[in-house]
Amino acid sequence: MPEEIIIKPFLRLAGLEPLVVRPETNFVNVGERTNVTGSKKFARLIRENKYEEALSVARQQVESGAQILDVNMDDALLDGEKAMQTFLNLLQAEPDIAKIPIMIDSSKFSIIEAGLKCVQGKCIVNSISMKEGIEKFIEQAIICKSYGAAVVVMAFDEKGQADTLERRVTICEKAYKILTEEVGYDGQDIIFDPNIFAIATGIEEHNNYAVDFIEATKIIKQKMPLAKISGGVSNISFSFRGNETVREAMHSVFLYYGIKAGMDMGIVNAGQLVVYDEIEPELRKLCEDVILNRNANSTDQLLAFSETVKAKGKTAIKDEAWRSGPVEERLKHALINGITDYIDADTEEARLKYPKPLEVIEGPLMAGMNVVGDLFGSGKMFLPQVVKSARVMKKSVAVLTPYIEEEKKNNPKAQQGGAAKILMATVKGDVHDIGKNIVGVVLGCNGYDIIDLGVMVPTDKILETAKKEKVDIIGLSGLITPSLDEMVHVAREMKRQHFEVPLLIGGATTSRMHTAVKIAPEYDLGVVHVLDASRSVTVAGSLLSKEQKPGFLKTISNEYAKLKEDFGNKKTAKQYLSFAQAQQNKTKIDWGHFVPVTPTFTGTKAFDDYSLADIARYIDWQPFFIAWEMHGKFPQILSDEKIGKEATKLFADANALLKQVIHEKWLTAKGVIGFWEAASDGKDTVNVRSEAGNVSLEFLRQQIKKASNQSNTSLADFIRPANLPPLTYQDHIGAFAVTIHGIEEHVKRFEKNHDDYNKIILQALADRLAEAFAELLHEKTRKEFWGYMKDEDLSNEELIKEEYSGIRPAPGYPACPDHTEKYKLFNLLNAEKNTGIILTESLAMFPASSVCGWYFANRESKYFGVGKIEKDQVVDYAKRKNMPVEEIERWLSPILEYDV
Amino acid sequence: MQTIQDCLRERILIIDGAMGTMIQRYKLSEADYRGERFKNWPSDVKGNNDLLSITQPHIIKEIHKQYLQAGADIIETNTFNSQRISLADYNMQELAYELNVAAAKCAKEAVDEFYNSPLNTHDSQKFVAGAIGPMNKTLSLSPDVNNPGFRSVTFDEVAAAYYEQIKGLVDGGVDLLLIETIFDTLNAKAAIFAIKKYFRDTKQKPLPIMISGTITDASGRTLSGQTLEAFYTSVMHANPLSIGLNCALGAEQMRPHIEELSQIASCYVSAYPNAGLPNTMGEYDEQPAQTAHFIEDWAQEGFVNIVGGCCGTTPDHIKHIADQVRNIKPRELPVVEEVL
Repeated sequence: MPEEIIIKPFLRLAGLEPLVVRPETNFVNVGERTNVTGSKKFARLIRENKYEEALSVARQQVESGAQILDVNMDDALLDGEKAMQTFLNLLQAEPDIAKIPIMIDSSKFSIIEAGLKCVQGKCIVNSISMKEGIEKFIEQAIICKSYGAAVVVMAFDEKGQADTLERRVTICEKAYKILTEEVGYDGQDIIFDPNIFAIATGIEEHNNYAVDFIEATKIIKQKMPLAKISGGVSNISFSFRGNETVREAMHSVFLYYGIKAGMDMGIVNAGQLVVYDEIEPELRKLCEDVILNRNANSTDQLLAFSETVKAKGKTAIKDEAWRSGPVEERLKHALINGITDYIDADTEEARLKYPKPLEVIEGPLMAGMNVVGDLFGSGKMFLPQVVKSARVMKKSVAVLTPYIEEEKKNNPKAQQGGAAKILMATVKGDVHDIGKNIVGVVLGCNGYDIIDLGVMVPTDKILETAKKEKVDIIGLSGLITPSLDEMVHVAREMKRQHFEVPLLIGGATTSRMHTAVKIAPEYDLGVVHVLDASRSVTVAGSLLSKEQKPGFLKTISNEYAKLKEDFGNKKTAKQYLSFAQAQQNKTKIDWGHFVPVTPTFTGTKAFDDYSLADIARYIDWQPFFIAWEMHGKFPQILSDEKIGKEATKLFADANALLKQVIHEKWLTAKGVIGFWEAASDGKDTVNVRSEAGNVSLEFLRQQIKKASNQSNTSLADFIRPANLPPLTYQDHIGAFAVTIHGIEEHVKRFEKNHDDYNKIILQALADRLAEAFAELLHEKTRKEFWGYMKDEDLSNEELIKEEYSGIRPAPGYPACPDHTEKYKLFNLLNAEKNTGIILTESLAMFPASSVCGWYFANRESKYFGVGKIEKDQVVDYAKRKNMPVEEIERWLSPILEYDV
Repeated sequence: MQTIQDCLRERILIIDGAMGTMIQRYKLSEADYRGERFKNWPSDVKGNNDLLSITQPHIIKEIHKQYLQAGADIIETNTFNSQRISLADYNMQELAYELNVAAAKCAKEAVDEFYNSPLNTHDSQKFVAGAIGPMNKTLSLSPDVNNPGFRSVTFDEVAAAYYEQIKGLVDGGVDLLLIETIFDTLNAKAAIFAIKKYFRDTKQKPLPIMISGTITDASGRTLSGQTLEAFYTSVMHANPLSIGLNCALGAEQMRPHIEELSQIASCYVSAYPNAGLPNTMGEYDEQPAQTAHFIEDWAQEGFVNIVGGCCGTTPDHIKHIADQVRNIKPRELPVVEEVL
């Protein structure tokens, strides 16, 4: 029998899909643009009976992240009931829109009821109130309940709209009592709108309206915790009509405080909310002054400021003029601008126009992609745009494929497309593939036929496929250091099996130097390191051109020979200490005054399904942009002169997807942390006492000769030695492992839809979430679980800059570059069982979005790189780890100062 | 006398199997369907199974009794299409109320006769559920592909038709109301609306409502496009006695959906699948023991409170199902918390 099931009183709504508003949901966006009173465009479309176009307004709201759609047809010139029914009936036929719940919005109850009769899902009625008396209120509430709708109740009674804090609260309390006790409503199906009124109007009585709303929200949530709070956010800024910059800033600041007070949902323009942290600081302060009514002059100050900001025309009006051109031009436009809206129809039109479907690909589609390639090559397009173009291309090709297949069947001798084939794979033992996917997309865009073997691909599979498919280039990718060896192995095998095709090397851990020194010497017929996706096109082009290839390879091989020579020479340039000397020069910590802080527990603590919404707040976005080859600091990158516009788009798309990921719970975050008593041996070993027995952790020490007052650091230096009086284990060490599960099915779905763009965003987001989760747990460890920094109060920027005490270095990374110590970390944490992370034979973690590391709490502890080490340390290390020197040398090969 | 809630707390209840499958066995002719009363009816009526409650009531009663004897605790009235919108196919709109009363009486009489017969070996409480089918027109879907906003019927018409059916069922004496084979949630919402209105208007004590939707294929959605959880959320306001699934799928295909429902439903869970999927001849050939085997597994897992059969199932299927689940504990109701 299953365990007892507990059902919580959440507000549950439904379109074609359910929407559950949980406490951690934070804030629900109700899309406001499908409202004839708020959107002139929508009103015009409805008046002109252009319902099809009106649907696109709804779709835009959904795409911009609206979780509920507010529909309002209150216009004196309209037959409101009919307009509501027509629009909602049409909307039901659009699964992309109908998936979210509808908020039926009208001040006329007959229009509300007309709407309720059209929607199968569980709606929200917006709104009913006691303004026409209690009897009418009850009658309307009963009808709403008969249709199964949740209700928004306005703070309104026969005396009028509540405009003081006290009236807001009293009216809501009274309505709640009537609805729950007399009508039979569940508390969670009641949503109060305690009236958002315009502030900063110049009328003094209005100045406290926002404060009153926020206060009312707090009190209502406290008195009626099941009830929800909503409101029409744009009312607040009504006096700044026409100045979108100020209005959006006001909305964002208002929501910031409203949500803190307990506001659950709001009617907003889903596409246009600015992030609170990104509001210009002066504007943000002025907005806070008026919203929180902090001083008498705040309205004047904001007005004065608003004169200085020109409203930025953020609402990009879709220019549809391109639709009138010939089909070739339309395809090109769609490709360059990444528009998929019309691609099926346009492709079909082109197919009918051209004698053979293949000619559509070779003609207009390739012509468009060539432009994309040129623009990208000249730095006028950026990676996210290129990936969107690829999505258009793939969708178009998908339309044509059945016809091409058909043609092949009828005419088997027909020449197949002569596109060059490129095989791509992440090597055995490695699970990372975002970069490889991006390169694949970019090369695909440039007309190459990509065979992507995925991750963890053994050498024989790579080479077998390469033979069978007669590929023209092999590309290898990897992120962790052991992958470098695997790449050397592939190169060796290529030589042994007499391959002739060139080998491309890429991935975060690879470098031109490593390629030149270690891989290129193993295979003579062309090994090229490719820094990023944008270079891959020119490299592939040069390698596949008969004329260019010999010259290109000659240049590369000369370059690499020189690098190798330099590498050989450089070695002698740096001076290294003997391992014994380095140990003498360890980090000096005054252990005499050391005050140990004991963690709140020892052993492990697992987190089984941590709230993604909480984790998301710790995201460091900069690496996300780097994954997309957009380099620059975040958030400045969003306003960068050159790439700011595209970065902003990418950021918006990523946030929309992130919201969906959180909201629909696509992913599961699992983690484990642990603390144990620990003492160092005064050298490079840290002895750990765990329930399962004692473990010795082995660390590596910097051996390069330092300036006179600098130490040769090892992580072991940061743990108190046991050989000091008192001779006890006073210190502790900690460890953590976190992971994000569940990405695979969504990646598959995106692949099925030819949507590399969202696939790569999702992969990059999962990586960011894993890192953010590590950051979150580290903060909680400092402030709570270990508690050595209870008073710490840092912003996310400060966290990202690592302005905290204590570190969390990961095995395999510069401070402790030996991957094999991961086994001990995993054993101590029981990480496989607690998090579901699996270690590959190269000690990569699967799922790929995983992070692990040690916790050091000492205030002197800092991140550093071990750098190159000498044979004497390796021999000692191998002895301590009880492993053959050769095996240690294999694992540590990237940091060996000497040739093996 | 035990209420149905009392019984559901104690054991898994059995709902009957297919009516249509059983009627087919009688190989009735057009004349049999017409009976004396409709011998001059202007259109053909063969296939209007609901009409048999008036013209061949003894057959309907006999089928009910076979199911009772097989172990059914709940039998459904022969009223799947007995509302004026579907009956318009036979020009019999005006018979809607009468058909429901007659069908309810057949079922009630079958139960009474069974109580007093030597066949009544278990001596447990039996219930008559007034069956409210999906009707032949839908509120969420357009029948015209070129005009997706078009609807062939209005919410008010559907609600009025159901209201009349409900009145007939209640007047005929049913113990429960069962809205079943829901492939368009909006039709079901119209039925719920009508039930609530009927009991408000007549100030009678409302009868318990059972709700049973239909997942049409492997996508796990209803025909009108909702996911299972969205469907459940959209009908929760009926405050139903049970929520469940029937038709379209065999027990094997229905399992994941029943499992999901058992996790999210705050009320009892019902399931009465078809006897497998139809074969190439459109016939159901899953054997009683096979169906019972699947359903026993659901019961063991604690997924269900009410089980039975839909298309293609027979008294033999019901007997096998009843025998398999007799000693298995029913699914326990979830704890519904009142604070967040």
